[in-house]
Amino acid sequence: MGPLVVYEVISQNTNLLLAFFIGIGFGFVLEANGFSSSRRLAGMFYGYDTTVLKVFFTAAIVGSVGLLFMSLFNWIDLSYIYINPTYLWSTLGGGVIMGAGFILGGYCPGTSFCAASIGKIDALAFIGGMFIGILVFAEGYPLWEGFYNAQFMGAPLLNEMLGASRGMLTLLIILVALGMFWIGEWAEKRFSRDDYKLNQ
Amino acid sequence: MNQRRYMNPYLGGVLLGLVLIVAFWVSGRGLGASGAAKSTLVAGMKTIAPGHVENTAFYKDYMETHTNPLNDWLVYQILGVVVGGFLSGAIAGRLKFKVEKSPKITNKTRLLFAALGGVFFGFGSQLGRGCTSGSALTGMAVLSVSGFLSMAAIFGTAFGLAYFARKLWL
Repeated sequence: MGPLVVYEVISQNTNLLLAFFIGIGFGFVLEANGFSSSRRLAGMFYGYDTTVLKVFFTAAIVGSVGLLFMSLFNWIDLSYIYINPTYLWSTLGGGVIMGAGFILGGYCPGTSFCAASIGKIDALAFIGGMFIGILVFAEGYPLWEGFYNAQFMGAPLLNEMLGASRGMLTLLIILVALGMFWIGEWAEKRFSRDDYKLNQ
Repeated sequence: MNQRRYMNPYLGGVLLGLVLIVAFWVSGRGLGASGAAKSTLVAGMKTIAPGHVENTAFYKDYMETHTNPLNDWLVYQILGVVVGGFLSGAIAGRLKFKVEKSPKITNKTRLLFAALGGVFFGFGSQLGRGCTSGSALTGMAVLSVSGFLSMAAIFGTAFGLAYFARKLWL
């Protein structure tokens, strides 16, 4: 029965050790798919390389279907899984600022650590900037504290909000993902570039 | 060039999804990245300016829930990411110091905008309570409303601004 740490199958320290191994898996998969390349990541927004979209949506399908089945087999108790809380304005506002950072910097935090690990110097610049951004947020916290905590909605699930079952929403995600894959494959042909080779 | 090719993206997605499920099963939580940077920053600040940490709301709130900011799940996970990325790069022959950029811009421009993007992402990840991994990917996998909002806001904005940033990439 999981989560293992909640059911005290493993200790807190083992949990931290396993975090390291989970990270190795995470970093390995990111790098092996080219998430260590800013041109590949940015390619998603110009259509010449939609790997990010394919990997991201496939992972979301496997993650949500996997959780559904594990819960069905009683391997995991979903009530102990951390659900991200929704603070409407800061979730959206933070997302918009991150989106701007993505198109300017070409990385997100996880991929920048991954890219730095194979020697990308632009990723190191991104990481340096990221620390400055967090520092600015921390030092100026009273200025945006109100916005940060505004419109707190608890930790709602999308299926509850839509009045649908968990399975039904998961099915919907799969259908949307299949549509996205089709668009991605089309875009890579339509927007291919002479100065950029896919999958190299 | 004896670089190996990248993995098939659909296979990559399945593997990433499996890593995510293992994280849920073992620890009851998903993947993340920006939280580790925050922990590192707080730890650094605590070392350099302990008085400042005690008197500033953001650090004070953080220290109430963490006795040692570096002894944190996400910090160990990100150390793993660096090792895992390095291993994959080593196996595939991709270990190389370089500035990756469009052929039409200079290294200086690329580094400047990479750092600027980092500043935005760092700030936004704190405001949004997590980045692409912790808020969007993990949040969507657990079907949380904030996961879908965060995903739509991050990718929607990047798409919306792509035209204005095209000289950086095309």
